[in-house]
Amino acid sequence: MSHLPILQVIIPLLAAPLCIVFNNRRIAWFVALCATWASFGVSLLIAQQVLQSGALSYDIGGWPAPWGIDYYVDSLNAFVLLIVTGISALALPYANRSVEQEIDPRSQPYFYSLLLVCLAGLLGISITGDAFNMYVFLELSSLSSYALIGMGPRRRALTAAYQYLVMGTIGATFILIGIGLLYSLTGSLNIQDISYQLHANNIIGSGNRTLLTAFAFITVGLSLKLALFPLHLWLPNAYTYAPSVITIFLASTATKVAIYMLLRFCYCVVGSESIFQLTLGQIVLLPSLAAIIVSSVVAIFQYDIKRMLAYSSIAQIGYITLGLSMSNHSGLSAAILHMFNHALMKGLLFMTMGAVSYSVGSVYLTDFRGLGRRMPFTMGAFIVGGLSLMGIPMTAGFVSKWMLVQAAIELGWWDVVILILIGSLLAVIYIWRVVETAYFNPLLELEEEEIGEAPLSLLIPMWLMVIANIYFGINSAIPVEFAQQAATLLLGGM
Amino acid sequence: MSTDPLYLFTPGLVIILAALPIAILRGWWQRTFIVIAPIMAFLQLWTYSGDASWTVAVSTFDLQLLHITCAGRLFASAFIIALWLGGLFALESASKIELASVFIYAGSAISVTLCGDLITLFLFWELMALASTMVIWAEGSEAARRAGFRYLLVHLMGGVILLTGIAGLAANGSTLDLGIIGSNSLARWLVLAGFLVNAGAPPVSYWIADAYPAASPTGMVFLATFTTKTAVYVLLSYFAGATVLIPIGLYMAIYGVIYALRETNVRRILAYSIVNQVGFMVAAVGIGTVTAINGASAHAFAHIMYKTVLLMGAGSVMLSTGKDQACNLGGLAQRMPWTTTCVVIGSAASMGVPLTSSFITKSLIIGAAAQQHLMWTWLILTACSAAVVFNAGVRFPWLTFFQSQTSAHIEGGHDPSWPGRAALMLGAGICIGVGVFAQQFYNLLPTSGDYHPYSLSHVVAQLQLLVPATLLFFVTLPLISNKPRVQLDLDWILRRPLLIAWNDIVLQLFALGLRWRNFFVSSMVRGFKFLFRHHGPRGILSRSWPTGSIALWVAIILASYVILYSL
Repeated sequence: MSHLPILQVIIPLLAAPLCIVFNNRRIAWFVALCATWASFGVSLLIAQQVLQSGALSYDIGGWPAPWGIDYYVDSLNAFVLLIVTGISALALPYANRSVEQEIDPRSQPYFYSLLLVCLAGLLGISITGDAFNMYVFLELSSLSSYALIGMGPRRRALTAAYQYLVMGTIGATFILIGIGLLYSLTGSLNIQDISYQLHANNIIGSGNRTLLTAFAFITVGLSLKLALFPLHLWLPNAYTYAPSVITIFLASTATKVAIYMLLRFCYCVVGSESIFQLTLGQIVLLPSLAAIIVSSVVAIFQYDIKRMLAYSSIAQIGYITLGLSMSNHSGLSAAILHMFNHALMKGLLFMTMGAVSYSVGSVYLTDFRGLGRRMPFTMGAFIVGGLSLMGIPMTAGFVSKWMLVQAAIELGWWDVVILILIGSLLAVIYIWRVVETAYFNPLLELEEEEIGEAPLSLLIPMWLMVIANIYFGINSAIPVEFAQQAATLLLGGM
Repeated sequence: MSTDPLYLFTPGLVIILAALPIAILRGWWQRTFIVIAPIMAFLQLWTYSGDASWTVAVSTFDLQLLHITCAGRLFASAFIIALWLGGLFALESASKIELASVFIYAGSAISVTLCGDLITLFLFWELMALASTMVIWAEGSEAARRAGFRYLLVHLMGGVILLTGIAGLAANGSTLDLGIIGSNSLARWLVLAGFLVNAGAPPVSYWIADAYPAASPTGMVFLATFTTKTAVYVLLSYFAGATVLIPIGLYMAIYGVIYALRETNVRRILAYSIVNQVGFMVAAVGIGTVTAINGASAHAFAHIMYKTVLLMGAGSVMLSTGKDQACNLGGLAQRMPWTTTCVVIGSAASMGVPLTSSFITKSLIIGAAAQQHLMWTWLILTACSAAVVFNAGVRFPWLTFFQSQTSAHIEGGHDPSWPGRAALMLGAGICIGVGVFAQQFYNLLPTSGDYHPYSLSHVVAQLQLLVPATLLFFVTLPLISNKPRVQLDLDWILRRPLLIAWNDIVLQLFALGLRWRNFFVSSMVRGFKFLFRHHGPRGILSRSWPTGSIALWVAIILASYVILYSL
């Protein structure tokens, strides 16, 4: 039991080569399925332990913290681990039929292998307490995700993956430069130790230029990875052209992990009382608001619904960073909770996209005509996801948006409250376009061809997500508890 | 409270409840109820002692369902008799729905005259308005539907005014019990206005001639009786001596004469005659002396009787010929001898020929005006009294039964069957009976007074008035056209200029709205175009950018972050 933190990373990492060794798509899928479910189990156990007895620390190879690499799990990254493994545990059963259709059979073992590597990378980022180790895992997950996006069924997937590769590499490099500068300042790579050194040597108070530059690099690098508004340009193409499963997986996890990194660096390295994060708040606020409004408006004009949802994701990330920029407890809780809820709703919405793409072949707005009748379960799930995205009460999206609005009211930011509500209204518009097309625009007689409901292996994970969206909208005690603990932890320093 | 077992229902409620079997049953059972219910109510009414009352507590209100007064008993008796006569007349021809509505209507009117407070009064007042509208609608034609709706609007408006006034009185702390309203508040004026709407006072006098002739031949018999006379009753109960009523009454008397003169539809002539006669009563209430109040009550009774006879006559003609335009009628005397005889008696009563009812009642009113030395009032009332010759008195029977045209072109035309005939004769009999047994009738009046109508001077004066007037009528006969025409009344203001103004306002608002809408839409379109230019699929914010330029932007943002952090 004491080896849980390392098991969390090592299971998907070791399962990845197995997929290639067996070189059979069915076995590869099964291995990946087992690995993700095992990871999910591990993360549940970790979460339980963290909730019961506080933070876990695991020294790899028995080397104690500042010298060796340690894995450190508190309620913040336990929550992120749960999000990542939970989504993958639902995405893998979904993957079987979807991948079968979308990806060349010979590449499928590689696909599952890469997916596991990516998962291991994301989990590694979340669990490690070492800054450089974090970078290594970031590269691991990024490189595998470039390849995964490139496997998309359309040829533009390649250019999308290439662009993401360039952007991601720039981001990762910036992060590496930032970590390097921190290392030059403190002589340490352990996050806790860096924080300790910074405070002990009074580097923070003196306005050290190296520290400032290090943070500029890290925040810009992370903003690229998490697709904060002006640096989001890689995201729409990447999400649009990636295989359905990868879109589900990346949209729900990759950006969340990047946000986790930002939280870790801003709050745990520099500490909550520092002047930096005030500045950070001011810097992030405007891009967040711009993301909410501009991306939502752009989403309204999209015809490719997957692309529309990609822009919606940028807007939702805006909500998360908005909560982050508030730098108070309720804002941070809302941000952390929205990471979870956004994973739920966007995972669900991209699952419906995958199902539509599976049955119809593409996800242009015109393809949705008459789908309300032909794919009732898929479109029903889409509606629930859409409601959650708008923030309708009784759905998960409502809880975090409500908390965010409350946080803004607490600060007296009424203009921000209005912008949040406008963002929700814009979401109503772009979701309604799809619903209207699906339910009120019948197919022409000539176009009648047999389009049926998606297979059960797609529907079951999708409807589990629907249940999760509704369940956590009605009874949000557990995620709210996690989010508030994490926010307390971040504000209290490490 | 009394232990009298008859209090289980008041006479008015007996009539209202009789509406149910009348609506459900058919044939002889239904007729039995129509004939028996008024008799029962009448007997019950006269078994009450002179000061009987019955109060029912409903939530916080004490509803005085029964509060017998002399005037109330007289009015209620007239109503019940009129209902019974009308019921006999309508027995064979009226529709079920009309009869049931009539019973609710009559029962409400009777309840109004027997109730003891304004809240109970208001409840039956509104029920009366609704039931009478149903009576009009029971005629079934589109014209009746429209006229009924106009009628309902007027009466609902009157009801609202009345309710506002009652609420105002209650708020002022004034008593709502039966009796002269003393306080000179706005609420009092509102109550008065609400009452006057039902009396057909200006400016809404038009509704009587507008709505009543639209009802069926039988329906109008009832309509002419109840609404206006309950108004007279409540006016004399709550507003006796309110001098403002004198000019209002005089206006109505003159209005009725003039409009009847120009009217050619015989039923409308009678409708205007109602306004004319109610004007007498309203003016009498305004005079307010003992004699005047007695006169108003007595004349109401007499008027109900002879107007019932006249309208039954007109109804018989219309039922048997289907016509009520003067130019289509005439010469029916031989075909309808019974009807003609009774109508002539009714007409004589309406003019106040000695030995008929109106002679002994109208003289009370005119005498009261003389006693108070109200010279103009006396003069106008006398003139209008003579002018009855030009409507109900001579003109109506002349046009219908005697005018020299041959009746050959008229199809049908026969006396009603025996119940209707009996009703006509009984009504005519009452008209004469009241005139003959004047002193016995006077004993029924609210206050006992010493008045002897059959003095030589009075009889001679009345004949001096009527004979020249009748002569004048025949002399001017060729001058009065019998061509149907439309008469303009004050409702023209509602129907034309106000309607035009309203339409204009609506159009203007619509145009304004359209302009705003255009402005709104064009700015929306412009805004949308702007959004689309930047956010649309090819817009700067949504198109795929070259990788190199993104990298450049990353560098720029990095630089700005560094600068911002260093600030």
